[in-house]
Amino acid sequence: MQTTLELQASFEVSNKGFYGHFGGAFIPEMLYPNVEELRQNYLQIIADPTFQAELWQLLEDYVGRPTPLFLAKRLSAHIGATIYLKREDLCHTGAHKINNTIGQILIAQRLGKQRIVAETGAGQHGVATATVCALMGLECIVYMGSIDMERQQPNVDRMRMLGATVIPATSGSQTLKDATNEAMRHWINNPVDTHYIIGSVVGPHPYPDMVARFQSVISEEVKKQLFTKTGRENPDYVVACVGGGSNAAGAFYHYLHEPSVRLVAAEAAGQGLTSGHSAATTALGKPGVLHGSRTILMQTEDGQVTEPYSISAGLDYPGIGPLHAHLFESGRGDFYAITDDEALQAGFQLSKLEGIIPALETAHALAALEKMNLNPDDVVVVCLSGRGDKDLSTYSKFL
Amino acid sequence: MTLTQNRITDLFSQKNKRLLNVYFTAGFPNLDDTTSILRGLQAAGVDLVEIGMPYSDPVADGETIQLSNGQALANGMSLKTLFSQLADCRKDATGEPVTVPILLMGYINPVLQFGVENFCQKCQEVGVDGVILPDLPLDLFLDEYAPIFREYGILNVNLITPQTTEDRIRHIDRESDGFIYMVSSSSITGSVKGVSDSMMAYFERIQAMNLRNPRLIGFGINNHETFDTASQYANGAIVGSAFIRHLSEKGTSPESIRAFVETIRA
Repeated sequence: MQTTLELQASFEVSNKGFYGHFGGAFIPEMLYPNVEELRQNYLQIIADPTFQAELWQLLEDYVGRPTPLFLAKRLSAHIGATIYLKREDLCHTGAHKINNTIGQILIAQRLGKQRIVAETGAGQHGVATATVCALMGLECIVYMGSIDMERQQPNVDRMRMLGATVIPATSGSQTLKDATNEAMRHWINNPVDTHYIIGSVVGPHPYPDMVARFQSVISEEVKKQLFTKTGRENPDYVVACVGGGSNAAGAFYHYLHEPSVRLVAAEAAGQGLTSGHSAATTALGKPGVLHGSRTILMQTEDGQVTEPYSISAGLDYPGIGPLHAHLFESGRGDFYAITDDEALQAGFQLSKLEGIIPALETAHALAALEKMNLNPDDVVVVCLSGRGDKDLSTYSKFL
Repeated sequence: MTLTQNRITDLFSQKNKRLLNVYFTAGFPNLDDTTSILRGLQAAGVDLVEIGMPYSDPVADGETIQLSNGQALANGMSLKTLFSQLADCRKDATGEPVTVPILLMGYINPVLQFGVENFCQKCQEVGVDGVILPDLPLDLFLDEYAPIFREYGILNVNLITPQTTEDRIRHIDRESDGFIYMVSSSSITGSVKGVSDSMMAYFERIQAMNLRNPRLIGFGINNHETFDTASQYANGAIVGSAFIRHLSEKGTSPESIRAFVETIRA
């Protein structure tokens, strides 16, 4: 087994932006100055004490941190292990996404940017971005696949109410991947005054590292809270869902170099791995380049990106963040493929057992618990990444 | 890096003014149009031809080229098919052999899945002279792929933009062969209208740098006027979206292609 130090080194991003074989900055020259400006400045900005003070104050007073670590007794009894839920669903706007957008908007301000562009799939990241733009008085443009705009109309209205301009992405398959393409094109066309707030641990370096750092507040708090409650900082397992993988990156971050903690990622199998309607990237993908980084990617034999499917719009992405690709390849993480049905069942179960309606994305992480062969003395932390209000129309079809 | 024999470097050693490079997407509008459009462009007297390798997610391209990529993929285009279409074009007994320098333009992922070495070998076999891969940054190219490209004599053409710093332009100039692709403004393809004052200032700034490589200006070159202006500040220009629109509207016949090239060259 590797030492803690070796483990730590192997999961830190390299100078050129790689985690093992994955990552980098595969971007057209038109984006090079923007990304380079960010790369040269982000660590310094984040380390600045006045930045840290402002970030922490906003996380506390505006986002509502620290979020509780809740011992789910009835779920624990049902699963047969001790299950703690990290309540990111209680963050302002209803999901972990705002941890990242708060951090990035403060960076954008320090870089002197006047306008924010973002992509969104289900609309959660779009809402979290529109929210911080309203808070800071910056112009906000959100690209959203035109199909997703129809599926997630309430979030479109929320963004508009917050003052954002929502632009339908009509190219390609008109979902998250295409919204990301359109946001990148917008950034190419507006290189000087615009900052692109990517919503997950994807994209060219330094985005995966920067977003992981902003989400790492999740595991930072879990460590302290678990110690207070149990006398130990480390659970046996940390479980999170992975679309691009930002809540998972945050939940895993301070445990990456703790070999006794197993890291468990739940991907969306959709209608099943062999159904042709799936988003289980590690099960179905191969190494490739998407949206600026080398990662694992669902694609045809010819290297065309294939359209993923999941009942949960937030997991409906054909790639994963390069950190997660590295966790998968190195064996550091355990990846489970959870079907739509399994996720729905887990969502209903948590609602009835604990009085918490989880987001459909999060329900995939909960469903993984059933597959992990847990022992009664295992301590498990599940990142409850978002609340399920946005998914009621889907849930209600199965009531 | 220096190559001994390459149609692109040969071209620039013979001609250095008003070169016209025309882009089209392989397999658009129909799967089998690739070689006839290539021949049509050669017959119309263009100096270089850039063939687009269609991709599902062309982030540096505007709507016109996106749509042509989508159509070509729907038609069944792939790298394998493209190489088989080009297989005999340099030695064709049935028609005029294709002698014009050929570049392939596209995105890195399909090339990675094809295999970089396999790709370069195929390029050499069918007579492709250079490649433009916008999402393969120069530093990654130098770290991982330059020796393979060199082995097969394939040029890797790099881009500069109005935002590229002088140091980086010098670096790109040192590490490039063939020509430098000057992106006319901060934009995706097909979205620029006319030549603005700030573009002229950028053209003049780059001209004054006396780079060792010739330069072709692309993005926003869509008529005689813009071609003419670009040619005053560089060795020529690249036309893409405007030609794709022309193919859609006026068809792919040799006459149609000739008419388009004549309006650009006038």
